[in-house]
Amino acid sequence: MMNALKKFLGLIWMVLGPLAMTFLFIQAVDKVGLAHTDIERTNTILQWGIILFIFLPISLGLMIFGFYAWKGEYDKLPESSEEI
Amino acid sequence: MSESLPKNNIFKVIGASSLGTLIEWYDFYIFGSLAVIIGHQLFPEDAGASALINTLAIFAAGFIVRPFGALVFGRLGDLIGRKYTFLLTLVLMGGSTFLIGLIPSFKSIGYAAPILVLILRLIQGLALGGEYGGAATYVAEHAPKNKRGFFTSWIQTTATLGLFLSLGIIVITKNILGAEAFGDWGWRIPFLLSILLVVVSIYIRMKMHESPMFSKLKAEGNVSKNPLKESFNNKGNFKMVLLALFGATMGQGVIWYTGQFYAQSFLENTCKLDFNDSRYILLWGIAFATPFFVVFGAWSDRVGRKWIMLSGMLLGIIFYRPIYQIFLDDTDVSKMNLTEAVYMMPNVKHELIAGTNDSLYTSTTKVILKNGASFNKVQVDTISQKNGLLPAMEMIKDKVLPTPLFWKFVGLIFFQILLVTMVYGPIAAFLVELFPTKIRYTSMSLPYHIGNGVFGGLVPFIATLIASFAGSTPLSGLWYPIGIAALSLIIGTVYLSNKRDENIND
Repeated sequence: MMNALKKFLGLIWMVLGPLAMTFLFIQAVDKVGLAHTDIERTNTILQWGIILFIFLPISLGLMIFGFYAWKGEYDKLPESSEEI
Repeated sequence: MSESLPKNNIFKVIGASSLGTLIEWYDFYIFGSLAVIIGHQLFPEDAGASALINTLAIFAAGFIVRPFGALVFGRLGDLIGRKYTFLLTLVLMGGSTFLIGLIPSFKSIGYAAPILVLILRLIQGLALGGEYGGAATYVAEHAPKNKRGFFTSWIQTTATLGLFLSLGIIVITKNILGAEAFGDWGWRIPFLLSILLVVVSIYIRMKMHESPMFSKLKAEGNVSKNPLKESFNNKGNFKMVLLALFGATMGQGVIWYTGQFYAQSFLENTCKLDFNDSRYILLWGIAFATPFFVVFGAWSDRVGRKWIMLSGMLLGIIFYRPIYQIFLDDTDVSKMNLTEAVYMMPNVKHELIAGTNDSLYTSTTKVILKNGASFNKVQVDTISQKNGLLPAMEMIKDKVLPTPLFWKFVGLIFFQILLVTMVYGPIAAFLVELFPTKIRYTSMSLPYHIGNGVFGGLVPFIATLIASFAGSTPLSGLWYPIGIAALSLIIGTVYLSNKRDENIND
């Protein structure tokens, strides 16, 4: 039962990664478009550039986490670091 | 091995490790606490809000490079040892903090000022990224297996105590020099003071011995050849890195920064509390809550780490919005009884607007309420040669709370920091137990610093950004920490184990 839940949620994490990035990208385009002046636009691009840059590898990590969960890698966790 | 270490020796190990880590946190937080003043000093004067945003961006840059620091120094720590690596991080941190205190203002050297701050801030972030994992690993590798949570929880107190020290020194310096001198040059003192603290700490750390577990690995020739490859190219280890990040450190990071950084920023910038009041509230909250790091660390040795950490996240998800709503309601001037308020003589300032014949009249009136509360009403009139008097802009700021309300706010901050102690107290032991000795420094540092540095460190930045969106309310920014904590809570609940790995000597 618990392992089935872990696998099912794994699918959600796999989808959540790209969804989160898409949402962030749309927000970034939207906010840059709302900027009125050049200085404001530069600031907005800088802010959102930082956010996209750091969350891209993290969302990739979430997808990999989801993939591992889907494959059953977390069904039984190692009980000591010797098992890793 | 570690079990046989005499009690006074383990406390020397904890003391020496904690002092250095505390100083590193102090160095890191004075920048965050003085972000507004640094923005005024090191950015163009007419930039206004963008100065603050730019400074916050630099602040964020400090956090973003922390994971890189974790990789660079984590690798070093697994290759050459814990002791020399966290000595190096201490020197880098102390040196860059001291140099920030020496940077001339924007008026003197122009854009070189913000560029220099950015470079030094990046070095600070790198150094911090290497420090924590080393200190936590070092203490854990000396601790007996049934007290690992208790001993490492002392390291966990250092981040909060570093914040406490930074706020304390800032408030004392400002009170001694006065607001004007502090804003002008006195803000440099907390940065310059750091060099004294670092020298003391380096002296103490030089006398320490290498971790017994690392020394054993080295003597047996089992030190990792390539810690980065073994940490992240080995699926068995990498999946645990991901689990530690998404199931624990990510949620822990946002709870930490919401309770201690966003809370103070919210009180000062959104509720418009007086500079000192907002800091005193946080200082009291920290003072009352800090012992609970050790309480929850020790408790995790008995009942496991998982449920204590996840309970802290759950309570944050439930209570953040009601708490911040109380902050807003209780500081709303429109809801205060002004019938018997005393209005002091206004302090009027007249200044010409550069390059025009127009001028600004700024009138500041102190209003004192019967219950002891007070605030400043600031009215700015523009006298234009062409259009005459332009409509006044009125602001309420520098609110001072009446005593009962002050302590109510201390209680609410205390509660938030109590949640911090729940998520943070046991986490060093939790991370240490997940990974093998030869790649422990590298493996535990990365999820810790992504969780804290990226997810946590960006709480003020992203929450401020969300609160500036059209249609948002002052509480909208809270959806970021609440959402991240909820995600981490679900992942932690489903995937984490509450079992402890008693033998970390592997």
